[in-house]
Amino acid sequence: MLSTSNSAAATPKAFELKGRMLTLSVLHLLTADLELLAHQLDARLATMPELFRHLPVVLDLEALQGQALDLAALADCLRQRGLVPVGVRAGAPALAGQAAAAGLGVIELGNAPARRVEPVRERPAAMVVQQPVRSGQQIYARGDLIVLAPVSAGAEVLAEGHIHVYGPLRGRALAGVQGDTSARIFCQSLEAELVSVAGAYRISENIDETGRGRPVQIYLDGEALHIEPL
Amino acid sequence: MARIIVVTSGKGGVGKTTTSASFAAGLAKAGHRTAVIDFDVGLRNLDLIMGCERRVVYDFVNVINGEANLKQALIKDKRLDNLYILPASQTRDKEALTQDGVGRVLEELAQDFDYIVCDSPAGIERGAMLAAYFADDAIVVTNPEVSSVRDSDRIIGILSSKTRRAERGEEPVTTRLLLARYAPGRVQKGEMLSVEDVCEILAIDLLGVVPESKAVLAASNAGVPVIMDEDSDAGQAYQDAVARYLGEERPHRFLNEKKGFLGRLFGSGNS
Repeated sequence: MLSTSNSAAATPKAFELKGRMLTLSVLHLLTADLELLAHQLDARLATMPELFRHLPVVLDLEALQGQALDLAALADCLRQRGLVPVGVRAGAPALAGQAAAAGLGVIELGNAPARRVEPVRERPAAMVVQQPVRSGQQIYARGDLIVLAPVSAGAEVLAEGHIHVYGPLRGRALAGVQGDTSARIFCQSLEAELVSVAGAYRISENIDETGRGRPVQIYLDGEALHIEPL
Repeated sequence: MARIIVVTSGKGGVGKTTTSASFAAGLAKAGHRTAVIDFDVGLRNLDLIMGCERRVVYDFVNVINGEANLKQALIKDKRLDNLYILPASQTRDKEALTQDGVGRVLEELAQDFDYIVCDSPAGIERGAMLAAYFADDAIVVTNPEVSSVRDSDRIIGILSSKTRRAERGEEPVTTRLLLARYAPGRVQKGEMLSVEDVCEILAIDLLGVVPESKAVLAASNAGVPVIMDEDSDAGQAYQDAVARYLGEERPHRFLNEKKGFLGRLFGSGNS
């Protein structure tokens, strides 16, 4: 509301890029012999002329097991018969160059026997907050979060790693929000509305008096959230 | 250039307008040219508290829309030469306020005044946001009860992030607490939060504590800022707060129960 109008806002957006799941026909090529292919395609077209009209297809060359193939000629052969080849399923590295030359994209299919690499999550440096976190404010740290001031009732602090509050914790604190069950919450005075580690949470009403108003650490032991005075 | 002071609270009915009126009058009494603006468009009250409701011709929204100039809209206070009031429009709503318009009016006032006091409406919507946006200093009016304290906390957060100073990365808005309607007797009985409790939760400097006082209602009804009632406890508390704002060191008073029967008999008679 308070931001002043700028010229960017006045120009309408020209495009949006979005990921979508969609269904495409896959043409499994069982021979490198393009003449044979053309012949069989024509036979099929003769019986069902509408079958291929403008049908986008992805080419799967896996059955050829690396036999040499002129991709550009294949694409032309398909286009002449009304098919719209849009891409070729990822395979040999050499394919990429040929595909580009033939005007085709290289498409990674979901069930491809691709090497699934676990993404290595580099945890960023800890975020340090010096100012009080006020009611209505929310702070999210990609790694650990260190607050050197009070966290007020109605405020929310979230971290993918640990949360340290060197002051009273009166709002909500959620550690390990991306599922890190080893994350912990440390605070100098537990007066929180809610604490949570990796989705396991406890509300103020269920925080017993032994921990309340005291320095504590909060961690997950199996399924159970422990609040332990320090 | 004038200093722009916003008087705000989040919660309604805690004493923003009473504080704005008294603070503006106190600054004017101290010799500073002061304008006080009612940002509560649609729920105009400041003119009543200042006792100028029968002299309103043009208002803040008229000036923003260019239907009147500032000279026409500003009402000169009857008691203090240095004090001017810019009333809110009663027939419009907060949407009539625009950031550009408010900015222009404040800029024009700043040429001519030492202090501009902005009386914010309750809430955190347009009116309150615009009252706070241009502020250099903020006075957060809080009552010693939990909902008021939480709303003040929210407002303090907004002052530190949504003001022009915050957006430009300048020195932050100086934010100070004015605790109003304080009843030491009820604090002792545990019915109210103490000054210490509130200061601990909000973690900002304390500008003053204004005791719960019959003088406030009496002054409002009479259309006189309570600070003008120099014999009253609330009037003196506002006087102290203004002096502290202007840099003077004064001890906090009215933090304890009023004197007993003998104390009243032999004391200074403030109560």
